[in-house]
Amino acid sequence: MNQQIHVSPSPHINGEFSVPKIMYGVVLALLPAFAASVYYFGMGAIIVTAVSVLSCVAFEYLIHRFILKIQPRITDGSAVLTGLLLAFNVPSNLPILVIVIGALVAIGIGKMSFGGLGQNPFNPALVGRVFLLISFPVQMTSWPTPGGFSTGYADAVTGATPLALVKEAVKNGESISTLANIPSHMQLFFGHMGGSMGEVSALALLLGFAFLLYRKIITWHIPVFLIGTVFAFSGILHLASPEKFADPVFHILTGGIMLGAVFMATDYVTSPMTHFGMIIFAIGIGLLTVIIRNFGAYPEGISFAILIMNALVPLLNRWTKPTTFGEEVKNGN
Amino acid sequence: MNMTIIYTILSLSILGGISAVILYFVAQQFKVVEDPRIGEVESMLPGANCGGCGFPGCRNMAEQLVKAESMEGLNCPVSDASVMAGIATYLGFEATIQEPKVAVVRCNGTCEHRPKINTYDGANSCVIDAALYSGDTGCSFGCLGEGDCVAACKFGAMYMDPLTGLPVIIEDKCVACGACVKACPKHIIELRNKGKNSRRIYVSCINKDKGAVAKKACAVACIGCGKCVKVCPFEAITLANNLAYIDYNKCKLCRKCVVECPTNSIHEINFPPRKAAEAVMENHNENTIQTN
Amino acid sequence: MLKTFKRGGVHPAENKLSASSPIITAELPKVAAVPLGQHIGAPASPVVNKGDVVKVGQLLAQSSGFVSANIHSPFSGTIAKIEDTIDITGFSRPAIFINVEGDDWLETIDRTDILLAECNLSATEITSKVKEAGIVGLGGATFPSHIKLSVPPGKMANVLLINGVECEPYLTSDHRLMLEKGDEVIVGTQLLMKALSVSKAFIGIENNKPDAIQHLKALTKNYIGIEIVPLKVKYPQGGEKQLIKAVLNREVPSGALPIDVGVVVHNVGTAFAVYEAVQKNKPLIERIVTVTGKSVKTPSNFKVRIGTPATQLVEACGGVPEDTGKIVSGGPMMGKALKSLDIPVSKGVSGILLFNGKEAKRPIMEPCIRCGKCISVCPMGLEPYLLMTFSEKQMWESSEMSHTMDCMECGSCMYTCPANRPLLDYIRLSKSTVGQIIRTRKQ
Repeated sequence: MNQQIHVSPSPHINGEFSVPKIMYGVVLALLPAFAASVYYFGMGAIIVTAVSVLSCVAFEYLIHRFILKIQPRITDGSAVLTGLLLAFNVPSNLPILVIVIGALVAIGIGKMSFGGLGQNPFNPALVGRVFLLISFPVQMTSWPTPGGFSTGYADAVTGATPLALVKEAVKNGESISTLANIPSHMQLFFGHMGGSMGEVSALALLLGFAFLLYRKIITWHIPVFLIGTVFAFSGILHLASPEKFADPVFHILTGGIMLGAVFMATDYVTSPMTHFGMIIFAIGIGLLTVIIRNFGAYPEGISFAILIMNALVPLLNRWTKPTTFGEEVKNGN
Repeated sequence: MNMTIIYTILSLSILGGISAVILYFVAQQFKVVEDPRIGEVESMLPGANCGGCGFPGCRNMAEQLVKAESMEGLNCPVSDASVMAGIATYLGFEATIQEPKVAVVRCNGTCEHRPKINTYDGANSCVIDAALYSGDTGCSFGCLGEGDCVAACKFGAMYMDPLTGLPVIIEDKCVACGACVKACPKHIIELRNKGKNSRRIYVSCINKDKGAVAKKACAVACIGCGKCVKVCPFEAITLANNLAYIDYNKCKLCRKCVVECPTNSIHEINFPPRKAAEAVMENHNENTIQTN
Repeated sequence: MLKTFKRGGVHPAENKLSASSPIITAELPKVAAVPLGQHIGAPASPVVNKGDVVKVGQLLAQSSGFVSANIHSPFSGTIAKIEDTIDITGFSRPAIFINVEGDDWLETIDRTDILLAECNLSATEITSKVKEAGIVGLGGATFPSHIKLSVPPGKMANVLLINGVECEPYLTSDHRLMLEKGDEVIVGTQLLMKALSVSKAFIGIENNKPDAIQHLKALTKNYIGIEIVPLKVKYPQGGEKQLIKAVLNREVPSGALPIDVGVVVHNVGTAFAVYEAVQKNKPLIERIVTVTGKSVKTPSNFKVRIGTPATQLVEACGGVPEDTGKIVSGGPMMGKALKSLDIPVSKGVSGILLFNGKEAKRPIMEPCIRCGKCISVCPMGLEPYLLMTFSEKQMWESSEMSHTMDCMECGSCMYTCPANRPLLDYIRLSKSTVGQIIRTRKQ
C-alpha cells in the first residue's frame, strides 16, 4: 500500500448527485429556452445573458473574496444559474448598466446578505428582477417584439406583452374576444410574442422540464401543481365571465408561468423540503399569480407570487414535517 | 368638528383605562415573587454565562448562591477572588479563597513525535472521531486535533497550532471555566493550579498503555518507568496504569523530575532558564543518550 | 409488481463482484485472536487460561449477562495469552490468542455433510442449544439470537421472517450461502419456526438474486409453511423494520421491537448457524465472509473460522491492491472503516471491502442547499438536515423531539446528499448523547 488508509464513519459511498452537477444540470436545461430567445430576439438575448451571468459570477467572487474573506467558491455553478435566470426574466433590450445593478442586487442582497448559498429565503434572481421592475419600470416593461435572429441589441422594436394587452383592454372595458393583435395559442406555445427573453417559448421550457425530470434534479410536484392551479383557477374565472377573463390556455402559455413553474419555484433553497409542502407552495403561487394578473395592478404576477410564497417556506417546512416511521401506529394504538 | 375631537379623546382614554385595569389584574395574577438579592448577586458576577461554575448561566449561579447555606462548592472560576469575596460579604458568608487555576493540555503528541498511521476522514469533530475508533495515530489516548476544545472556549483563549496539530492555551486569557475540559472526549485537558508566578510542572501525557507500546506510538509518551516518582522529595508524583501524575497541591516546583524523565514527558512552564551547572548536566545527559 | 417498503430508500450501484464465486474454505492460520466481545452486550468472560490446550468447539468464554453470548474455540491448540488487541470496533479490546496446532475437533460435533431434516427437540431445547452455541445475528448487528427466540411474556410471535435481502452493495455472503446451503437454511428456518411455535415463515430475497430465489423456491415445495418472497431491489430493505413493512405490510411502532407486531426476524446466516448448532452440535465458530473491492484480483467468498486474521483472507484473494485507500468491515453503507487489516474476523464480519484511493476519500463538504433529498430518501421519515443542525448546535432536546432516536443509521441521507454533508456523523453523535440523556432521566 503506497498511501495512508482513510478511516471515516459509514456510509463509504456517495450517490451521483453533487452541487455543481445539479447547478449545471439546470443550466443545461435552460439552454433550449436560451436558443429560443436568441431565435426570437437575436443579438440582444446574447448580450443580456452574457452580461448578467458574468456580473453575477464577478459579484459572487468579489463578495467572497473581499467582504466575507473566504475562499471564493464560484465553480459550484450557483452564480451562473442565478445570472442566467436573471437574464431570462428581463427584456432583451435592457441597458447593460441596469443588468449589472440587477445582478448586484440579486447576488449581494438576495443571496450573500443572508449568508450565501443555501441560506437565502428568497430566490435571488427574482429579488434582482423585482428590484429592477420597481426601480426601472420603463426599461423593464418595454418589451421587444420578436424580430428574428437578426435583431440587434438596441434597435429592437418594442411592444406590449399579450398579458399587458389583455389587462389594458379589460381596464378600458373592452371585451377580450374583440382584441385583434393577440397571438394564437400555437404562436404562444412556440414563443412568438413579446416578453422577458427567457419566458416566451413554452415548448423550450417544457423540453428543459423533461430534462430536469429525467436527471431527477427536480420532482414533478411544483411545476404540475403550479400550472394546474393557474389553469383551474383562471378556467373558473373564464367560465364565469369570458369577456373579462382570458381563457386558461392563454394564461399558462403567456408571461412567466412556465419559466417560473419549472425553474424559479423549484429552486431548492427557496422551496419546501417535503412533497406535501411543495404542493401547498405550488398551489399558493398559482392562486396568487392569477389574482395578481386579473385583479392586481401589474399584468404579470408570478415573480411576486413566488417571492411571497418563498417567505412562507420556513412555515411550510414546519407544518409539513414527514411522519416518522412507526409514529402513526404508535399513536393509533 | 370639536365634538369629533372630544369623542376621540374620550373613547381612547376609556380604552386606555380599561386596558390598564386588565393589565393590573393580569400582572397581579402572574406575579413572580423573587428574592431581590438574586439580581444583585447576578450583577456582581461577570455575566459571561460560560458555565464554568457548573450552572447553565450567571443567573442560575446567582440563584444557587442566594439559596445556599455557605459558599462551599460555589465558585465562579472566571472572576478573581475579590469578586467572590464581595459576594460572600453581601450574602453574609465566609469567603473561601480558591487557588486560581488554568487549563493545561496534557498531550505533547505533535505530528513529529507521534506520526499519523492513517487519515481520519469524517466530520471535523473530536467527539465523532473518538466514537468511531482509537484515533489516527498509534496512541489511543492522545489529542485528536479536531479542535472541539477551541470551539468550546468562549474566551478566545485557545487555538489550534497548525504545526503541532495540538491546541494551545493562551494563559492570560484562560479563566479556567472548564468548558474545554468537558468538550474533550479524550479527557486530555485538566484544570491545574496556576502556581506561584504561574510556574507549573505537569506530565504532558495520559497514555495508559505499557511502556513499549506507548513509546512506539509516541516519542514523548510517559512510559510509566517511575523514575520521577523516586526522585520526587515531596511524594507529589503517583504512578498508576503505567502513567505518572503530579499532584499540583503537593508539588513544590523543585524541577527534579523534569530532568529525570527519559522521554521528556514532564513539562515545566514559565521557569527561568536553568543554572549553568544544571544545563551542563542536561547537555551531558543528552549527549550520553545520543552516543548510546 | 414486486413488494418493497414504501418510504424512502436509495439504490446504490450493486457491484456484487463476487456473486458467482463459490464459497472457499479458508486455510487455518498459525496464530489466531478470538475477541471476547463479538456481540452486542457484555463481553464474554474467559473460562480458559494461558497454556491451556483446547479443541475445536470447546468453550473459550462464557456469556456474562442477559445480553451476551458464549464463545467457542474455532481452533485446536494452546492458549498463548489473553490480551487487548484492536478488533473491528476500532478500539483495543480483550481477545484470546491461540497458537493453532492441527485441527482436532470435539467428538460430539457431527462433521459430515449429510442433511438432517428431522428434529425431535422441543422449542425450549432448541432455544437452549442456540444459546449454548453462542449464536448471534450474523447479518452484522450481532444481537444474541436466543434472546429473540425467547418471546417475552404477554407477546406472541405469529410470523418468522428470514432475511436474505443482502441489500448492501458488494456483499454476497448470504447470496452464496442460500445457493450452496439452501437445504440447511430451510431446515434451520424450520427449527426457528419450531422454537417460536409459529406456523408461517417468509424468506425475503431481493430480486437481484434470481438464482437464489429460484433455488429456494424449488426447495420449499417440500416444506410446509415456508414461502419465498422476491423483493424489489432497494436499500435499506435488510433493515428489520423495512423488511417487515415490505413483506407483511406491518409497521413496527416507533421505539418498539418487531415482536410487538408479532414478527421475529433472523438472517439466513443465522438460520444456517442454527441448523448446524441444533442438528450437528456445532457451535458458531465459522462464518461466510466476502472479500471484495474493485481493485481486488479475485473477489471471493470464504468459509472462515472466527479469529482468522483478515490479512490472510485478502492474501488469498491476490493480496492487498497497491492503491488501497480504505478498508471496510461489512458493506459500504453501514460497514465500519478499519485502521488496518490486522484484525481478527469476528462473528459480525460479513465482508472485507477494499476501496481504492479515489473511492476512499470523502468529497469536500459544501453548504446545504436545502434540496430535501435527505428527507425523501429517509426510510424512517426523519429530517436528517435538521437533525444534523441540532446536533452541531448541541440542541439535544430538539433532537429528541425530532425523533433522532428512530434513526437506524442506514446512511441513505448521506449517500444521497449532493453537498456531501456529514449528516450521519452528526446524527450518530446526537443519538448517543440523547440516548445518554434519556437513560439518566429514567434513573
